[in-house]
Amino acid sequence: MNNLVVLPMVIPVLAGILFVFFRYQITLQRWISFIVMVGNIGIAAYLLYLNQIEGIQRIDFSGWKPPFGISFVADSFSLILVLITSLVAAICLVYAFSSIGEEREKMYFYSFVNFLVAGVNGSFLTGDLFNLYVCFEIMLLASYVLIALGGEKAQLRESIKYVLINVLSSWFFLVAIAYLYGSVGTLSMAHISERIAEVGQTPLLTVISIVFLTVFALKAGLLLYFWLPGSYSIAPTAVAALFGALLTKVGIYAMFRVFTLFFYHDHSITHTFITVLAALTLIGGSIGAVAYKDIRLIVTYNVVIAVGFILVGLAVATPEALEGSIYYLMHDMIVKALLFLIAGTMIAVTGTTRIDEMSGLIRNYPLLGWMFFIVMLSLAGIPPLSGFIGKVLVGQGAIEAESYILLALAFISSIFVLYSLLRVFLQCFWGETIISSEDEVPMKKGWIIPCAILTIATIVLGLGAEIIFPYVSDAANTLLNPSDYIDAVLTQD
Amino acid sequence: MKTNNVILRAVVKLVVYIILTLAVYLFLAGHHSPGGGFIGGLVLAAALVLLFVSFDIETVRSAIPFDFKKVAALGAFTSVMTGFGSLLFGQPFLSQTFAYFDLPFFGKTELTTVTIFEAGVALVVVGVVVTIILSIVEDV
Amino acid sequence: METLTTILTGVLVSVATYLILSRSVLRVILGTAVLSHAAHLLIMSMGKGLKNGEVPILRDGASSYVDPLPQALILTSIVISFAVTAILLVLAYRTYRETGTDNLFELRGFKDE
Repeated sequence: MNNLVVLPMVIPVLAGILFVFFRYQITLQRWISFIVMVGNIGIAAYLLYLNQIEGIQRIDFSGWKPPFGISFVADSFSLILVLITSLVAAICLVYAFSSIGEEREKMYFYSFVNFLVAGVNGSFLTGDLFNLYVCFEIMLLASYVLIALGGEKAQLRESIKYVLINVLSSWFFLVAIAYLYGSVGTLSMAHISERIAEVGQTPLLTVISIVFLTVFALKAGLLLYFWLPGSYSIAPTAVAALFGALLTKVGIYAMFRVFTLFFYHDHSITHTFITVLAALTLIGGSIGAVAYKDIRLIVTYNVVIAVGFILVGLAVATPEALEGSIYYLMHDMIVKALLFLIAGTMIAVTGTTRIDEMSGLIRNYPLLGWMFFIVMLSLAGIPPLSGFIGKVLVGQGAIEAESYILLALAFISSIFVLYSLLRVFLQCFWGETIISSEDEVPMKKGWIIPCAILTIATIVLGLGAEIIFPYVSDAANTLLNPSDYIDAVLTQD
Repeated sequence: MKTNNVILRAVVKLVVYIILTLAVYLFLAGHHSPGGGFIGGLVLAAALVLLFVSFDIETVRSAIPFDFKKVAALGAFTSVMTGFGSLLFGQPFLSQTFAYFDLPFFGKTELTTVTIFEAGVALVVVGVVVTIILSIVEDV
Repeated sequence: METLTTILTGVLVSVATYLILSRSVLRVILGTAVLSHAAHLLIMSMGKGLKNGEVPILRDGASSYVDPLPQALILTSIVISFAVTAILLVLAYRTYRETGTDNLFELRGFKDE
């Protein structure tokens, strides 16, 4: 029992509630939210350290022992994601301070950001399938509000579609949970895993697993990403960065959890599905990324490509590939937030979203330009930046599993990422300077500092791989050995 | 538009008390039988909505001068804090406890910390329901 | 009893599908509400012992009782679908006020950009 495990979810909830009482004290809200996120980083880091010494941490709510009660289980995989989530959220908040505008801040903006983070952290930490659904809904409800907040025409129009598609996928989630409960009679994730291992993965269970796959594919944008570009490109920059960095990753996390803990017995069916979906996502995302001239759409299609790439690791499911996927997941959360922030800043300073109307920004904003360059290299997987290690490990795993088509697609997609962003770079930062120094929009410190911190983070993640790697490898190890997870949850203490 | 709804108002004045009593009963019954904070809160909110429907909003506002968003927040805060309370005693998050007390007039009564949690839930429900109804109604 | 509730679930799902496929936003929202009820009914029929004719409460001297977990799940899920429906209604109303249409076909977008 360790009560710390619940804090990454409960503290943001508490902060979000408190802000209702201090609606007009904006400065107070900003500071509290920031402190909450930084505090979460500390808690996650401490728990991660504790994990290495004492093993997987767990808390049973109200002392109801699993499988009867709801518990939060913190293994390395969850904690790594909570850590990165808190980091990204803290930095996006800093960006929001100077960009989101007082209108939105007074309409409980920070409350909903806190609820969003609470939902995301809860989804990562929970050890109960139905609780996962509830945390998903907390996250989604907050995201519905954040996407519509401001009430511009385009925002409202896209938010209706976003909400409807998510209501539908949540319905599928509920149906899948109902079927699973009907067939195994439990909802504790560890207990489900144990029961499935006992009775074997019957065809019925495999069908249920495909329903789960559909749900999480919708949430993560795995092939079913048709809703993603519209809604992610319409939100304000700081919100779009949070969405791009966090929301799809929760879907990916759930997929990793479900297909390594429950449905790992019948690779020939489930993992073939994942393989095909990942391959199609890589192709579709690559086409989308090079097809558009709207920078927001280019960036959102880059999110789609990353989803495909991470799922390649799950599809081949060798230890190296899983390590690579987890590493790439960390890298992608940081870099996608950075990419969205830089793209948003470019739109803010030029007043246009089309890349053919921007040119020569590097003369006006050299720091921004070079940071974009670093992001581009990092996403393309150039050493020593953080994208490299993930890509190498996933590639190594794919070679071991002899799935060469997937390997080829994964690396061709990297070239497409490089091409799509290089096009933005050459078009927007190079070329003739169109903004004269008189009507140059001054770069705010609040815009450039968050970007700089994230740029440093991607460099550190690349150079410090040696230090981070034991944790990643432990996370992959837990995913590959479900018995570790089950033992940690079902042993009574 | 002024409509003459004397009958509705006369009935509502009486019925609201019955509904409120039912709400309190359901709330207290929730510990061992069907009922509880959520349902009690819903019934309470129904009484308030009935008031808003039969009298105009301003009148009810002046009689019940709460900001219902804050009521909801207060409820949520109470509920979460009962969870934190158990942390102080080194128990798992959300742990509840109960004991029997000899109260004057009531006799031997079972008092539990769950009641505080449930009161929070009831406040959330009331606050949220009334806020939703009011925010749509006021706009038209 | 299980057969009956399953058939009813199917009916609800088909009604909801019909509503969701229509163009009016309000009908779509009603469709999602019906859809969530279908899911609740499904969860209920997944619980063991629907026809015991007992309440899901274990009292002193109770000979049998219904699995209480589905009820708990449904209650949680009702609250969530209540919140989602509320937010959808307000959103649809605001969209109608801003854009002057409740026809999903006209909300496809990119015309004004």
